[in-house]
Amino acid sequence: MSALFQIQSPGILSLLQDAGRYGQHTIGLTNGGPMDPIAYKWANRLLGNSDNATVIETTVGGLSLISHVNTQVAVTGANVSVKINGAPQAQWQTLAIVKDDVLELGFATQGCRIYLAVKDGFQVGTQFSSTSTVMREGVGGLTGKALTKGDVIHVLDRDASERISLLKLPEKQQPEYSNAITLRVIPGYQEHAFSRHDQRMFFYHEYTVSDLCDRMGYRLSGEKVNCNVQGILSEGIALGAIQIPKDGQPIILMNDRQTIGGYPKIGSVLSLDLAKLAQLTQGGKVRFEPITIDHAHNLLLLAQHKFENTVLEIIKPEQLINTKSGQSK
Amino acid sequence: MKIHVASENSLIVYFGEQVSQGISDDILRVSTFLSAHIGHELIDLVPSYASILVIFNPLKTDHLHVRKIIRKAKQSVPSLSQDGRTLETSNKTVQLPVYYGEEAGPDLSRLAVNAGLSIEQVIKLHQSIEYRVYAIGFAPGFAYLGEVDERIAAPRLSTPRKKVPKGAVAIADRQTAVYPAQSPGGWNLIGLCPTDMFNPHGDPIMPVSVGDKIQFIEINCEQFLKLGGQLPQGAIE
Repeated sequence: MSALFQIQSPGILSLLQDAGRYGQHTIGLTNGGPMDPIAYKWANRLLGNSDNATVIETTVGGLSLISHVNTQVAVTGANVSVKINGAPQAQWQTLAIVKDDVLELGFATQGCRIYLAVKDGFQVGTQFSSTSTVMREGVGGLTGKALTKGDVIHVLDRDASERISLLKLPEKQQPEYSNAITLRVIPGYQEHAFSRHDQRMFFYHEYTVSDLCDRMGYRLSGEKVNCNVQGILSEGIALGAIQIPKDGQPIILMNDRQTIGGYPKIGSVLSLDLAKLAQLTQGGKVRFEPITIDHAHNLLLLAQHKFENTVLEIIKPEQLINTKSGQSK
Repeated sequence: MKIHVASENSLIVYFGEQVSQGISDDILRVSTFLSAHIGHELIDLVPSYASILVIFNPLKTDHLHVRKIIRKAKQSVPSLSQDGRTLETSNKTVQLPVYYGEEAGPDLSRLAVNAGLSIEQVIKLHQSIEYRVYAIGFAPGFAYLGEVDERIAAPRLSTPRKKVPKGAVAIADRQTAVYPAQSPGGWNLIGLCPTDMFNPHGDPIMPVSVGDKIQFIEINCEQFLKLGGQLPQGAIE
């Protein structure tokens, strides 16, 4: 049975996202998807959802919704206050929600991307095989745009008498968000168009996230990186590619990047670290460290292995969904 | 052919360093071969002027294996740029009507003055070439067409426009394109095309794909409106 969640306030920016849109680059569509895929994956895992379930990504915060349904939710990502009917709740765990509950997110105190997942995922039709919202393309979500006040999103109603366990990601496994991070870089693309000296400068200096940072890309400021070539024939841009325009200030290309472009690139950031970059706002500090592609593959496989083998804590076993109101429908 | 690492899950294959029909033919053939693997180890492809970005799933395969697939693709399609034969494919020629003129193309007169040509000559030169779709990207449905006559090639605007109307026909260096939707843009605008370049609900979604040929055909304002074109409200700034 289908029922609804209604947006009371979308906050700063709230977007429906699944794991992203893939296989559509040939018609010029970008990936979209969660900027912090690690927090996204945990939100779905806490609810036993599929890897591709649709969640709401809220940037900075301020989202509030009213539930017309009995279900469970989980809030992961940036540190933020979570309230149900005004009562404080924890992040990184399953929360029971009953009909007419109001769920409110405050504003992030550390990090900036917050993920709200619901049991079975938000029920949204796909466009080009994905529900991910890319505002620049007007594709995905409910209308190709950010969520607004009054929007209703379908979710599946769970039987109020269904017995559920509330789960939690053990505290030591929860990501910690920092304002100063090191990004591991796989050198590639036009790396040879940068002199050894310039490559060293790039990997030695600290850069600052500028005010030009959004879902398309993060523009950094700091030591100028010189390149021996000015422009190249437009070519495909990978997620995390580090573009060096004429002014020598690096731009790291994110989920909503354009699919092709003509600036030289020194390499690409490891996706595990892009998740950390996505949590930074203006003023955040970034350093770079080169790694090989083989090392990157090992790190990805290790991260996947750890994710799959993490045992979630059971905080309340076999509890009735509808404990708060004590009524069954 | 050179294969470089692009990211943790992609390799970029370079076929040359300049724009040429032969290289583009090779790219098309290799892309077609690689497409057969999408959904298995491969996630997506971005063919462009002289390269293909090959994106793979690093949890299912690795770059060494993908390199093998790419070499196999290259070996199994004969190199056309080397033996000079033309490509025999189902690539089509698409005719795109254009309403040229200063109302529709505010950069037309500047382009003409800079080239020492009349506006009519610029319009004629733009139609004189059967263009090829070299790449699709930047925005959904944005097809990079090449190459325009050197006489009407023009650099991008130093300050891009905040709003380029849907259907704008534009030139940047020796490339030309039709803006599929209203967007910011720095290309020189010379006209408007009433044909939808990207319709998410259409079949096909795009009238062109990489490798197709494009022929621009001049129409007047009345025909433009009749074909469903819409003039932008107010002058294009």
